[in-house]
Amino acid sequence: MRITCPVCGERDRREFYYKGAALVRPAEGADLDAWHEYVHLRENPAGALDELWYHEMGCNSWLKVTRNTATHEILDVQLASEAGLGGEK
Amino acid sequence: MRLPGKGLNQGAKPITFGFNGRHMMGLEGDTLASALLANDVHLMGRSFKYHRPRGVLTAGSEEPNALVTVGTGGEQDPNIRATQQELFEGLEARSQNCWPSVERDVMAVNDLAAPFFGAGFYYKTFMWPAAFWEKVYEPMIRNAAGLGALSGEADRDTYEKAFAFCDVLVIGSGPAGLMAALTAGRAGADVILAEEDSRMGGRLLAEREEIGGKPGHEWAAEVLAELEAMDNVRLMTRTAITGAYDQGTYGALERVSHHLPRRHSLKGSHLPRECFWRIAAKHAVLAAGAIERPVAFRNNDRPGIMMAGAVRAYLNRWGVAPGERVTLFANNDQAHRTARDLHEAGVHIAAVIDSRHDAPVDGPYQVIKGAQVCGSAGRQRIESITVRSVKGEEKIQTDCLAMSGGWNPSVHLTCHLNSRPQWNREALAFVPTEGAVPGMVTAGACNGTFSTAGALREGAEAAGKVLEALGLKSAAADLPDAEDDPYRIAALWAVPGKGRAWLDFQNDVTVKDVKQAAVENFRSVEHMKRYTTQGMATDQGKNSNVAALAVLADATGRTIPETGTTTFRPPFVPVSLGAMGAGATDEGFKPQRFLTSHGESDNRGAHQLEVGLWYRAAYFPKPGETNWRQSCDREVTLVRKAVGICDVSTLGKIDIQGADAGKFLDFLYTNTFSTLKVGKVRYGLMLREDGFVMDDGTTARLGENHYVMTTTTAAAGQVMAHMEFVSQALYPEWDVRFTSVTEQWAQFAVAGPKSQELLNGLLDEEVNGETWPFMGCGEATVLGVKGRLFRISFSGEHAYEVAVPARYGEALFRELLKRAEAMGGGAYGMEALNVLRIEKGLITHAEINGTVTAFDLGLQGMMSKKKAFLGQAMSTREGLMAEDRMRMVGLKPVGAAKEITAGAHLFTPGDPVERIYDQGYVTSAGYSPTLGHPIGLAFLKEGPDRIGETVRLVDHMRGVDTLCEVVSPVFFDPEGGRARG
Repeated sequence: MRITCPVCGERDRREFYYKGAALVRPAEGADLDAWHEYVHLRENPAGALDELWYHEMGCNSWLKVTRNTATHEILDVQLASEAGLGGEK
Repeated sequence: MRLPGKGLNQGAKPITFGFNGRHMMGLEGDTLASALLANDVHLMGRSFKYHRPRGVLTAGSEEPNALVTVGTGGEQDPNIRATQQELFEGLEARSQNCWPSVERDVMAVNDLAAPFFGAGFYYKTFMWPAAFWEKVYEPMIRNAAGLGALSGEADRDTYEKAFAFCDVLVIGSGPAGLMAALTAGRAGADVILAEEDSRMGGRLLAEREEIGGKPGHEWAAEVLAELEAMDNVRLMTRTAITGAYDQGTYGALERVSHHLPRRHSLKGSHLPRECFWRIAAKHAVLAAGAIERPVAFRNNDRPGIMMAGAVRAYLNRWGVAPGERVTLFANNDQAHRTARDLHEAGVHIAAVIDSRHDAPVDGPYQVIKGAQVCGSAGRQRIESITVRSVKGEEKIQTDCLAMSGGWNPSVHLTCHLNSRPQWNREALAFVPTEGAVPGMVTAGACNGTFSTAGALREGAEAAGKVLEALGLKSAAADLPDAEDDPYRIAALWAVPGKGRAWLDFQNDVTVKDVKQAAVENFRSVEHMKRYTTQGMATDQGKNSNVAALAVLADATGRTIPETGTTTFRPPFVPVSLGAMGAGATDEGFKPQRFLTSHGESDNRGAHQLEVGLWYRAAYFPKPGETNWRQSCDREVTLVRKAVGICDVSTLGKIDIQGADAGKFLDFLYTNTFSTLKVGKVRYGLMLREDGFVMDDGTTARLGENHYVMTTTTAAAGQVMAHMEFVSQALYPEWDVRFTSVTEQWAQFAVAGPKSQELLNGLLDEEVNGETWPFMGCGEATVLGVKGRLFRISFSGEHAYEVAVPARYGEALFRELLKRAEAMGGGAYGMEALNVLRIEKGLITHAEINGTVTAFDLGLQGMMSKKKAFLGQAMSTREGLMAEDRMRMVGLKPVGAAKEITAGAHLFTPGDPVERIYDQGYVTSAGYSPTLGHPIGLAFLKEGPDRIGETVRLVDHMRGVDTLCEVVSPVFFDPEGGRARG
């Protein structure tokens, strides 16, 4: 599998560290249910999924990668800094 | 028998080689199999289960029988296919799975007991008593059955791994592959042409059919010469594509030096034995050809019975006739070429037996139509066959039977991404499903197109499709004339009759076994496979799986497509672990990180300890000290009484700068850093988003917008990634930048009552309690070198950490030791450091084990309520603040000389020692020379409320069962006056 890092270009997946689903962080002061969902509950689709990958052996960018979990096709890659994952502040 | 004037290796250099100790002559270009056949050696091995005599069946990597061992000891390679092992001067090979010799194998007695050894025999027989399975039955069976063995010695060879990239990967170099590579190469695409054989050309080397009016191999040579001259084409021989993976990634095994004397690949020489490639190809053309399938009939496994296509290969490529009176048994037209070619080469054809009534007659030899071979005789080589026809049975003397049940397209790679092949009724074969592997096009025989002209055409077409997708222009293909015979075949899988008819030669699976599986209701092809072990040997049933499922289909009254295939999985050919793990042995297993003090520690005889990737000194033995405890006790005492030096550079050091650096740290840590005064250090606690503790450490504020954070050694990488996540994904708007400076600074702890005195001899400006109060920090010049000084303590003593640029680390370490030793101090290692911190109740990752909260550590007061921090919301969950959680306490033994061990569990005295009564566990333990008894840190239910109670400590692993008193985790100097003073 290869991921096209927006900074470095197409790279082997061994350069990346996988974190899991890319979710928007709840606002400070959100109730515990919202936090529970953010920290623990995950969709497990056989299809497109937004994920976080860290280009650990490259530029240290966190990426939001849209991957088809059934075929490993990479549908989209975006810098996490531009993906609005920080939520309401 | 070598035929003069035949084969492509005429005039080749003679080579001497050995087989089972006998020395023979072969020719350069021979495989071990062709050379043995040239010497009339057919018996090459013994079968897996019944120890039946076996000869070579095929001429390629699918060979099930002729497996040999090459080399001995650390150079031993078992299960080498004689059909792939190229001959070289001095090659020594031997047969496997036989004793004392391949001719007289004692275990051949198994064959007599064969009626008992059918499918499921082991499952049904070795049932009772249950304990016998592991101790008696399994070792016995494993000893009797088997392939080649490893020597048990370390591998002396080197292996390599490599990566390649291309526009088009062409797999296979027969007519389809060559045509595809040529078309793509001429259009300017980056092409890799991979061929598992040592020579390119595929079946063109084995057949006499012409292309463009010249022999096929000559056409192949011309194409190869053109390809070789192209800079955009890379030709890889001896390279088998082993698997198809995501996004056009292909695994490949290159047998780099199996064809050379061993000295070339041993450690320290210039060639690897094998190289495992990962090839990233935008497109692939699969031109993998097809594998001929045997026909199952009684005793179809005798040496001398071979595939018809293999016989042609030995004749036309290597000039070897595998017999003097050859018979042919076939169900298709193409196989008749074997009789034609042998006859033209002057070899006697005793008979051609074709199961079809409309079989062709291609030569002046006897063709028995509508007949079947129903048995063979002969001991270590076939002597005769029995032919059954409308006229009854007749016996025909023969020393080689060439057989062909048709061809199975090599669809394997098209199935590696979960696709199943389709049944083609005309070709009586499974063919690839279109689009099975994204980016892959199939061509030629692997597609079920068996004529040469068809292969050339499909090769050109496949390349055309790929070029179009690449946006490259291809010239109109000029296809040379070639044989375009229709593929005429009639189904013939197994000849009916009594006795054993082999399907899987390598695992000794017969038609009877498959039928037995069906009778016992193992009707699914996957169940049948596992029950009979069909296709589960090292050849993965390449030439037998389809026939086996045809037999199963027949036995269960279904069609072949209804029955379906088993799953094709990588690798296509066996790949040695050495090749897959290339580079990851010995020191290459993982990177090593060395401190600047490493050499000096070694000089002092320090025992080095692996801490993650780092090597750290565990202790520094002095003359007379016979075990580590003596050294450790002395080192602890020298810190408490004088001054000790310890390299602490392994702690993660992260330099953080920017206008929002304080805000950033306030969010990362539970406590506040934006209010920290410049020139001060503060201890911080970091949580994960789920509210559990992630890491701890000190952070120093060196300037208004400049901090230096330290992390634990273990979590340095994790913390760095976490900080990147927070800054990039959560708060990209903050003005903060940070970088790891762990390796840029060498940092040493100078700890003990005499630490200030020692430093004052080193620093350009003296320090005292006022200029450098406890938790003070700043720049300091150390013997003229600009460095940093932190007044922090992990030992509970008056202590400093002094940091200099790493290039001065070694010199500073030596200087510090020299001065410390002059003051009655010296170096201390990880063991002493650990005891010192346990005495003070300070935590490490032994305590921060991922299940621990700030509350458990007694650090709930560090969780600020005045600001937001990461993990805050979840840390307030009820269960994470419950009084009955296991919380940190100290332990000391009740009575003298008792042991406390890390990992031990705690129980209330009187309770049974069972899991449900578990009260907690010990995380850190050591012997405190300061206090004169063992001490430990533990997590205990309601811990801090049980100070003074007695608990029972049980360690089943080390056989410890003792009583301990629960005490405060701070054993020594609880007021902290020593560090502050």
